[in-house]
Amino acid sequence: MNGTLARFGRRIAPQLVTLAVVVAMIGIVFPGFFDISIANGRLYGSPIDILNRGAPVALLAIGMTLVIATGGIDLSVGAVMAICGAIAATLIVDGYSLPATLALSLGAGLLCGLWNGLLVAVLGIQPIVATLILMVAGRGIAQLVTEGMIRTFSHHGFASLGSGNLLWLPTPVVIWVCAGILATLVVRRTALGMLIEAVGINRRASMLAGVNARLLIVTVYMVSGLCAAMAGLIVTADIRGADANNAGLFLELDAILAVVVGGTSLLGGHFSLIASLIGAMIIQAINTGILVAGFPPEFNLVIKACIVLAILVLQSPALQGAAMLFSRTKGQP
Amino acid sequence: MTNNPTLLAAVGLSKTFPGTRALDGVDFDLRAGEVHALLGENGAGKSTLIKCLTGAYRRDGGDILLEGASIDPRDTQEAQRLGIGTVYQEVNLLPNLTVADNLLLGRQPRRLGLVSRRETNRIAREMLSRYGLTIDVARSLDSYSVAIQQIVAIARAVSLSGKVLILDEPTASLDRDEVRMLFDVVRSLRAQGLGIVFISHFLDQVFDISDRITVLRNGRLVGVRDAATLDRTQLINMMLGRELSEETRDRGRGGFDYAQRARIAYVGTGRAGVIAPFDLSIHRGEVVGMAGLLGSGRTETAELMFAAAPRDGGSVNKDGKPLKLASPRDAIAAGFGFSPEDRKTSGIIGDMSVRENIVLALQARQGWMRPVRLSRQREMADDYIRRLDIRTPDAEKPIGQLSGGNQQKALLARWLATNPEFLILDEPTRGIDVGAHAEIIRMIENLCESGMSLLVISSELDELVTYSHRVVVVRDRVHVAELIGEEITTDSIVAAIAKPSPAPETSA
Repeated sequence: MNGTLARFGRRIAPQLVTLAVVVAMIGIVFPGFFDISIANGRLYGSPIDILNRGAPVALLAIGMTLVIATGGIDLSVGAVMAICGAIAATLIVDGYSLPATLALSLGAGLLCGLWNGLLVAVLGIQPIVATLILMVAGRGIAQLVTEGMIRTFSHHGFASLGSGNLLWLPTPVVIWVCAGILATLVVRRTALGMLIEAVGINRRASMLAGVNARLLIVTVYMVSGLCAAMAGLIVTADIRGADANNAGLFLELDAILAVVVGGTSLLGGHFSLIASLIGAMIIQAINTGILVAGFPPEFNLVIKACIVLAILVLQSPALQGAAMLFSRTKGQP
Repeated sequence: MTNNPTLLAAVGLSKTFPGTRALDGVDFDLRAGEVHALLGENGAGKSTLIKCLTGAYRRDGGDILLEGASIDPRDTQEAQRLGIGTVYQEVNLLPNLTVADNLLLGRQPRRLGLVSRRETNRIAREMLSRYGLTIDVARSLDSYSVAIQQIVAIARAVSLSGKVLILDEPTASLDRDEVRMLFDVVRSLRAQGLGIVFISHFLDQVFDISDRITVLRNGRLVGVRDAATLDRTQLINMMLGRELSEETRDRGRGGFDYAQRARIAYVGTGRAGVIAPFDLSIHRGEVVGMAGLLGSGRTETAELMFAAAPRDGGSVNKDGKPLKLASPRDAIAAGFGFSPEDRKTSGIIGDMSVRENIVLALQARQGWMRPVRLSRQREMADDYIRRLDIRTPDAEKPIGQLSGGNQQKALLARWLATNPEFLILDEPTRGIDVGAHAEIIRMIENLCESGMSLLVISSELDELVTYSHRVVVVRDRVHVAELIGEEITTDSIVAAIAKPSPAPETSA
């Protein structure tokens, strides 16, 4: 068991170190960064803010990790966020109960995932093309749902999903942490994780060994749709309105980035949900850090790109190989 | 010939990987104008030696001398420039480009800055004519047989390098005539003074073409011999380091009781354009061998039987009851197992550990809700690693890093873990060294003694004769003959394969 733990530690070490370095850098340029206070029964402070603001990307990263592990990719998650947010806002405005609203919105997310999954697994369309369809069409669908307007609402129960507190933490933090723990338990305590990795590495060989690859692939896209729906609900609840044009815009790219920063190969295969979640937090820490450091906003994207580039260079096979050689000459008996 | 100067020499070459010493002070020398076979079991260090010579690996110790001068190629291109060219078993060319482009890629003749197609084709034709090959060089490479592709690869390597040519299992997917064609080319290159390193598992071919033979075992040099003074048993002894009593027998295994009811019976199974409908039944404890040339429909038969490919109609019975067999999952549920011919693309999950690869089929059958406990997985993996003598430092090593024979054993373990009733093995001994070969044959015999039914496809007739109760011969996508017990000899199988097709008899 110790070997497994040690391997897990080694797996997420680069991500943890990166996160620590990013946070430390922010702490240097903005000394007040680590101040955390309690007010109104909830923790406040920049670190909490990172956890809170990072919720949508963290949720997307869960589904995206599983999809990427099968060798696929899901470009539609941003659009699915918009669809589900639009449906939720419209239903709540129309007087549906909160449970019904949530159930229908999450159901819509699952349906979007089913669509992607069928295109990929049954029709055999390349994942990037298959999900591109919904990425483009999704915003149109969301606009049709909201009839081209920004739907605002004032339902307190729903809004609290985005801005409420639970256990001294903002509700979105509790949601993504719980979703992350649940997903990790499900894939690692059952054989799901191993079967997903097998399909991602060699689909034909997995099928010949009896793995139901088709069903697994449809499932991961549905999980991705469900995660996108949750992210869409949080964003919608937070701003108390559905913006079909901007909800989740470009977040699919941040989600993919989170997975990549988390060290999962885009070619599929071995994955780590926890590393992806740390990756999501790294991205959000960069975003927040640039803000609190007081750089002019026009620098934001360039600085972010530079930091991401640095992270990816550190993780690149060329450097990894050199590092491994180094540790081997030191560590091997 | 023995007085020819040494062209390429390795002196005390060493290479260490984590956990294994792949090469341990190995000496090797290649003379100009000789074919030098490099032999050894899987994991003996053949491919490591080759990779050090061609710059794919950097050596840890020792020296490489080319025409007396020390060289240290950093990559295969540098080795190529120095004069060392390599042709691999899987042709490393671009199948969708034309033959001419493949020959001259990166150095096509230009006119006004643009590639001159006519000039390219002319030079390519000239290059190939030296090999006695007159083919349309403007057609794409993949429209030609693997043998022709090999010769194109050789022509390219020789024109780029021109001193040393390394042939790594070049004959693995060639039939007899193609091998002869390839060997003619190799002989003419030898006559031109090239030094040729030849790696093969086919001992007949080794004796046929080699001047000298170097044998490696466990990363060490066992010895260098003149091929003419060495006999088969001596060679096998050098390779194995233990006495291999001739494993083969002359006639098939007779005395099988066919009165019992068949365990599995296929009736009218076939697919248009792939394999003509066939009837085939397999009994408890029976080994059915399947012989035929490459492309005859052997592999296709196996795929239909495992439902890995769709079939047109026909029915399958198991123990007298109809069996639903629409997917590999159905087949596995019915107690079937299938080890496919192409280990890399259809067998192993390369990045996953040996343990996970062994557990995979069992886990897939149990479903994702019922995971095999990690401690149980480790037990199973260690158990099979010991029982099948899978050479790996531990069960957590990615299977892709094992040698072919060990991958094959791990795949066998994958199916044995599901405790199958019927196992289909497609070329289980292809690309495997002599030692693993004998072990797998022994394993097949043990499995059948324990009551398992097996269908084994193989190109090695000796092998089929050794373990089969019955041999089905496939020719031109039709099952043409069935030999039982004493009728099975290599000669009778060859006769059945070679008989000209009586056209109307089996057209379906």
